[in-house]
Amino acid sequence: MKVGLFIPCYINQLYPQVGVATLELLEKLGVEVDYPMGQTCCGQPLGNSGYEEDSKGACQLFVENFKAYDYIVGPSGSCVYHVKKHFDILEQTDAVKKVRNNTYELCQFIYKVLGRTDIGASFPFKVGIHKSCHGLRGLRLGSCSERMDDPYSTEESLLKEVKSLELKTLNRADECCGFGGTFSVFEEAISVKMGKDRIQDHIDSDVEVITGADHSCLMHLEGLINRNNQPLKVMHIAEILNSTM
Amino acid sequence: MAHAKEAEIFNRDESKVNWHDKALWFVRNKRDKAGSNVKGWEELRNLASAIKANVLSNLDNYLVQFEENAKKNGVHVHWAANAEEHNKIVHSILSKHKVEKVVKSKSMLTEECHLNPYLEANGIEVVDTDLGERIVQLAKEPPSHIVLPAIHKTKEEVDVLFQEHLNTKPSNGDPQYLTSEARKHLREKFLKADAAITGVNFAVADTGGVVVCTNEGNADMGTHLAKVHIACMGMEKIIPQEKHLGVFLRLLARSATGQLITTYSSHFNKPAPGTEMHIVIVDNGRTKQLSRDDFRASLHCIRCGACMNTCPIYRRSGGHSYKTTIPGPIGSILSPGIDLKKNSSLPFASTLCGSCSDVCPVKINIHEQLYQWRQIITKEVKQPVVKKSVLKITGRVLANSKMYGFMGKSARFMLKHMPRFMIYSKLNAWGKARELPKVKDGNFDEWYKKRQKNE
Repeated sequence: MKVGLFIPCYINQLYPQVGVATLELLEKLGVEVDYPMGQTCCGQPLGNSGYEEDSKGACQLFVENFKAYDYIVGPSGSCVYHVKKHFDILEQTDAVKKVRNNTYELCQFIYKVLGRTDIGASFPFKVGIHKSCHGLRGLRLGSCSERMDDPYSTEESLLKEVKSLELKTLNRADECCGFGGTFSVFEEAISVKMGKDRIQDHIDSDVEVITGADHSCLMHLEGLINRNNQPLKVMHIAEILNSTM
Repeated sequence: MAHAKEAEIFNRDESKVNWHDKALWFVRNKRDKAGSNVKGWEELRNLASAIKANVLSNLDNYLVQFEENAKKNGVHVHWAANAEEHNKIVHSILSKHKVEKVVKSKSMLTEECHLNPYLEANGIEVVDTDLGERIVQLAKEPPSHIVLPAIHKTKEEVDVLFQEHLNTKPSNGDPQYLTSEARKHLREKFLKADAAITGVNFAVADTGGVVVCTNEGNADMGTHLAKVHIACMGMEKIIPQEKHLGVFLRLLARSATGQLITTYSSHFNKPAPGTEMHIVIVDNGRTKQLSRDDFRASLHCIRCGACMNTCPIYRRSGGHSYKTTIPGPIGSILSPGIDLKKNSSLPFASTLCGSCSDVCPVKINIHEQLYQWRQIITKEVKQPVVKKSVLKITGRVLANSKMYGFMGKSARFMLKHMPRFMIYSKLNAWGKARELPKVKDGNFDEWYKKRQKNE
């Protein structure tokens, strides 16, 4: 099994530690990982802004970079969702189809493909999960509060096995944080209010570290936490699963 | 004004936003509980969605069948291609009967057609008899929600409004007192009305009857007292058979308010002796929406309002921020089909979180349709030059690894070394209330290259 590591553009540029944790984690799990240089972005910021047409070059480049791998794994639910859902704008060649079928969000890959939950991590903190919408309702990483299916959560299944970690329950299990890509700047007032409300829920629930499978949401929450000097930290789930504290 | 601006204004009073958010979240929670007690809820949604898809695929036949059966029952059936025709038809019926006073139960269609001002201009008094509708009517405002029209008003605000219009005593917003005063006021109106107008929740093709759901019994009160009943319906309200109500009534009340059933599900099949019953079937853009493959499913909507209650943006911007008859997620996929330019900011008033699609009892893929409208709007409606050029250039950069590498490096350099007052300038909407990420020494590419070298 050969895995191509997909590091989304904003993680590459702003949160390299998340990429490092993802790579180390996969290697710890015995996976042969390759990082194709020359990757840029899945095109999601353009698609969500209504400029899908202009993202075709980026999407095509993504396919070129990753078509040789058995699996493509990335630490971001929304980017993975974009590849799977919105690469329908490309001509559906075998390569495109293969890439769309084999792209996985990191937790999903560990849980579903590798069939692992216990990774031997330990993390002695009180943790709240931010269930990012595209992972939750797009990739169905877990059951969402709107549907009446049997409850499950990929991130929870993994975090429950982390030694000394105390998982906290929130008042609103899966409300959106208000990031939404360019929404965060074009609908600034609501975006900020949604983020503030999400953070307050974590504070009220006695959380020390907010984690999730999508660092873009966490970037938005972190921006608010830092501005308002709130007693919380954000960490990508890969960083927690890779930690042995 | 664009939605973002309206939302910003609404957010200036944070305590009111919190109150509005909590009020609607309460309803969403009630809906969750009611739905979770139904075994096979998801199956019920599938069924409802499939029935609606069947209706839309065979709408021509069902409508003709419905008309035939309604006529057999002695009901007058009228067809209106648009709002103007609808208003004229209603007015002509009222004129024929020399009607001066009309009571109306809740109907989003008549809101859409702006029937009230039309009739008022023709000297007819129209009283909305749903309590929430009456409140916004007295306040001279449109409804802010399709099920809870006055949800944006606190009971204290209603108190003041009633003092002014119904001569009530100050009661500090006592709901019981205010409601009983409204009852008295409306009873007068019911007794004096010459005609009653209702909406239609479901029109049953194989019986020719219509079903109206209310919690206050105001539709029944109006229609039973008046000599003339006019039921106004959008042409998509058809269901094939009466037995299908077993699917829709269960979903509607639970999705709307978390009730097991609406207090009144009133079936109107034929006029009572000595009275007249009319049904006005309205297109007003629905045929056009039906012709759009990507947006057809928006016509599944049974107007339960669940997508509004669940929408984190709606809850924090209020229904009036959408400036449309139907606000919230469903309104944001319907309204661009009516006036693309005027409503072009609405599909962007969403994070595409998808909660609306998962809550929808008839499984409309609302967030996917929002995404599709965005693609159309950027092509057909003039966009701000800066936004457009930035995104177009981004597209080119992202298609080219070298350019992307260079841009990434420069951006990180600027973020790291530019003085704070320049980074957090007025142009930086992100930085108004949020810090930007702290830039690290290198990016992942550089770290990886280094690691490869050392191995």
